[in-house]
Amino acid sequence: MSGAVRVRVDRERCCGAGNCVVTAPEVFDQDDADGLVLLRRAEPPADAADRVRLAVELCPAGAITVAPRPVPERSSTP
Amino acid sequence: MTVAPLTDLPLWPPTNLDRDPLVPLDAGERRRFAGPVTRVRLPTDATAWLVTRHADVKQMLRHPGFSADLTRPGFPLLRRLAPGAFGDRRGGFIRMDGAEHARLRRMLTAEFMIRNVRRIEPLIRQTVDRALDELHAAGPPADLVTHVALPVPSMVICHLLGVPYADHEFFQERSRTLIDRDAPPERVQRHVRELRDYLHRLVEAKVAAGERADDLLSRLARDRVETGELAVDELVGMAVLLLIAGHETTANMIGLSTLLLLRHPARYAALRDDAGHAEGLVDELLRYLSIVRTGLPRLATEDVEIGGRLIRAGEGAIAVLSLANRDRTAFDRPDEFDPYRAAQQHVAFGFGVHQCIGQPLARAELRIALVELARRFPRLRPAVTAGRLPTRDSSVVYGLDALPVTW
Repeated sequence: MSGAVRVRVDRERCCGAGNCVVTAPEVFDQDDADGLVLLRRAEPPADAADRVRLAVELCPAGAITVAPRPVPERSSTP
Repeated sequence: MTVAPLTDLPLWPPTNLDRDPLVPLDAGERRRFAGPVTRVRLPTDATAWLVTRHADVKQMLRHPGFSADLTRPGFPLLRRLAPGAFGDRRGGFIRMDGAEHARLRRMLTAEFMIRNVRRIEPLIRQTVDRALDELHAAGPPADLVTHVALPVPSMVICHLLGVPYADHEFFQERSRTLIDRDAPPERVQRHVRELRDYLHRLVEAKVAAGERADDLLSRLARDRVETGELAVDELVGMAVLLLIAGHETTANMIGLSTLLLLRHPARYAALRDDAGHAEGLVDELLRYLSIVRTGLPRLATEDVEIGGRLIRAGEGAIAVLSLANRDRTAFDRPDEFDPYRAAQQHVAFGFGVHQCIGQPLARAELRIALVELARRFPRLRPAVTAGRLPTRDSSVVYGLDALPVTW
């Protein structure tokens, strides 16, 4: 699977395990104040999409979700 | 539906002293336990559902309908506890659920975040160097567990918490009792008490000292106890948990990993020459060795379907991490040790909101210890050719009691 994604994080669910930061450091960070997830880029570059999906799998608390990102200009509506 | 008599159910966890230390379960045990959710008998004569498949384990450990609170009636205990053993459990958040758990864990998440662990890598490196000096001075031959595997994580956690390492014999012995399923219940209770008393005195001293020291317990005393967010008793319970968790887990991983790598000399050499790959290797070691072999027990608090089986509220279930990590639907050729596989999906640190908070620290310690060992001792090999290595069969955290090596 490929394609651009939009990422959401739920800090209330986050348990600070840090797997996302290891997996996709350009997309996820941890807050210095509480160690919980910070989203660096809600719309990461396409080449990060697979790592983001892996981060979703690895998140023990289910705090990360992704949705496909609509491509505005090239939509092929009949 | 007929209910099988208790004695017909297989006993979990199985004991087989002749099993290879690198194999979580032998072939017969694998056939008996691996697969769909099945019912087992526990040493306490309770029954529980055994959950062994990778997807099922992840689903179960992430599901809010399973409680980690072992004081709940019906909780699937793997050993008998002394009467009143539940009396003094404040701060032990690993056995709490929901908001109560989150409140205490969140006081620690910043402490163990990736960035902070990277900052202490020089300290880990120094500790490893000193331990390797000790190993060198002691042999050959010498015991890797005594000189490297145990002191490295022990010294690091003592430094982080602000616990005097000089007292290590005292708390290592007690820490070991607490995770030993064969320890008499009264002894477990006494050792918990002694450990709490010891850490209570230490924490009180830190609270009284106020501003000065910059260790984790002093910071919590200053930032959380003085503000009234955290009771001293709770801080003591957190300290007990961190001290125990920081000890045996990484120590046993270093010991078993060394044994595994020495059986594959080319991989041991590659560790030295391709240190850049050590992070991937560490994940594969965690997956392959899965030292929390007896699994994680939980109590269902609502009816939940796992792996096609309805687990009812009030029933116990055990997530077997070691079998999930050898599940062929999650990993190709799972019984092969392959340092170049993508193994990050392993559940060696557990899953769900209780997943090991110290995993960045554990990974760093394991990586640095193994790489430096391979660099300093390129000709390392086991000093025993025959006979069994002493293994920790009754411990919740599996490992070697000794690993004699020569070079």
